[in-house]
Amino acid sequence: MKDYEVIIGLEVHAELSTNTKIYCNCSTSFGADPNTHCCPICTGMPGTLPVLNEKVVEYAVKAGLATNCEISRFSKQDRKNYFYPDLPKAYQISQYDLPLCLGGHLDINVNGNKKTIGITRIHIEEDAGKLIHDAYTGDTLVDMNRCAVPLIEIVSEPDIRNADEAVAYMQTLKSILEYLEVCDCKMQEGSLRCDVNLSVRPVGQKEFGTRTETKNLNSFRAIHNLIEFETKRQIEVLENGGVIHQETIRWDDAKGIGYAMRSKEDAQDYRYFPEPDLAPIVLSDEYINDMKNSLPEMPHLKKERYIKEFGLPEYDAEILTASKYTANFFEKTNAICNNPKAVSNWIMGDFAKMLNEKELEINESKVTEENLACLISLIDKGTISSKIAKQIFEEMFETGENAKDIVEKKGLVQISDEGAIKEIVQRVVEANPQSVADYKAGKDRAIGFMVGQIMKETKGKANPQIVNKLLLEIINK
Amino acid sequence: MSVSKEDVKHIANLSKLNLTDEELDKYTTDLSNIVDFANELSNINVDGVKPTAHILDIKNVFRKDEVDASYDREEILKNAPSKDAGCISVPKVVE
Ligand SMILES: [Zn+2]
Repeated sequence: MKDYEVIIGLEVHAELSTNTKIYCNCSTSFGADPNTHCCPICTGMPGTLPVLNEKVVEYAVKAGLATNCEISRFSKQDRKNYFYPDLPKAYQISQYDLPLCLGGHLDINVNGNKKTIGITRIHIEEDAGKLIHDAYTGDTLVDMNRCAVPLIEIVSEPDIRNADEAVAYMQTLKSILEYLEVCDCKMQEGSLRCDVNLSVRPVGQKEFGTRTETKNLNSFRAIHNLIEFETKRQIEVLENGGVIHQETIRWDDAKGIGYAMRSKEDAQDYRYFPEPDLAPIVLSDEYINDMKNSLPEMPHLKKERYIKEFGLPEYDAEILTASKYTANFFEKTNAICNNPKAVSNWIMGDFAKMLNEKELEINESKVTEENLACLISLIDKGTISSKIAKQIFEEMFETGENAKDIVEKKGLVQISDEGAIKEIVQRVVEANPQSVADYKAGKDRAIGFMVGQIMKETKGKANPQIVNKLLLEIINK
Repeated sequence: MSVSKEDVKHIANLSKLNLTDEELDKYTTDLSNIVDFANELSNINVDGVKPTAHILDIKNVFRKDEVDASYDREEILKNAPSKDAGCISVPKVVE
């Protein structure tokens, strides 16, 4: 079998978190009753006049600046014509030849290796409605609430070579959009989704192979699995002497299978033309500079600051700043307990593990910044041992209860009273003469066993340093 | 003729229109005439004229991002020939 190179480009759609739709004052909020966020403009009634939401331009420009794009001084909107029931006007207002943002790039990190992915363009457009299949009647139901919710489409260069790079690119983009607060990035609600264009070619071949397109993938897992599937499929077709057709793949995420939908040749004839109802967008240098100055601290700069200001290792800084929510959580917690490395260890360790298990974001957890800071302070003050702390944290995670309350309720305060500990140590030493003999014969492991016994007697509450000190004192007497 | 019968068939197909042979002939002639008429513009010398993005000399018509009441659902669905469960009902379109 020949070696193949995989060529991938992503078209990412991000719903902008504006209050209103792109051309009318209807609300964009998710989950309303069908067809209750609609008016004549967003349902495409004849004779209505769309007026552009100024926030849409602002958000798109911010996304462009944060991805190193050139912002167009002159931009216009166009009609993209296609006939489908989710589009009441039978055209989507989008941007064709003069998009708002052009020629950017993003640095991604794939398993420790840096790579730069080019961004061809970012343009603004309107979303389509939602089609619901009525299993009872067999008809299709149209909910137009999502019609004309503002989107940006971020088109990458075909610089992506495998599933890991695609996922890393998508994660980086998500992180940036979250930091900018231009998109809520709830992938399961479809507010961030992507189309994958993929082709393969034998290594060394100059021309691209024929590509297929898979639309509307809305999880990292789906993107990853589709790419692995489609890469394998295309290589198999070529190896068996077949040809790849330019077609759309429908991805069944549950089954992990893609279906090629042989599309008609003329299906993609969108007959774009300038939107006569909307005025051109002309942006001044001053406007663009204002937008530049209003950008929040972006992840890569935040990371540098964490290393300098908090003395954190690069690895910690990278993970903490990858998501706005994690970074916010870290900063707020540390502002209270002032122990950056401990906060970082908790967030990246036990906390991250439990969040992963429950598939939660850090901001969706019951543990608050105040609670984690309180727990860390209790360890720092020696009130509880770090071993007990793990146990307390598990309860905090489950119930959202305050660390201090759990400590009091369960009597988990660390025993640092030498007299009390000494008594227990004495008892354990007397009960285990064999271990003492082993230790004296040079078996250091015997100490560990006795420490374990003492901790068991004190339910893990004895201060380990004091236990060690007293144990050695008594044995060596 | 500047528009062929094949062109008209293609456009009709994109627009989900079924045309009879008579209609096909008629629209081929009509559309050709329209395109020919528009093509007369090509004879005008446009040296030094900026490309037109909009026929009016306007730019940056924006509105504030403030929510206003939407229409009642009954009103929005009033023209729909078929509706169900608060939605417009259309023939099945699943692929
Ligand atoms: Zn509306």
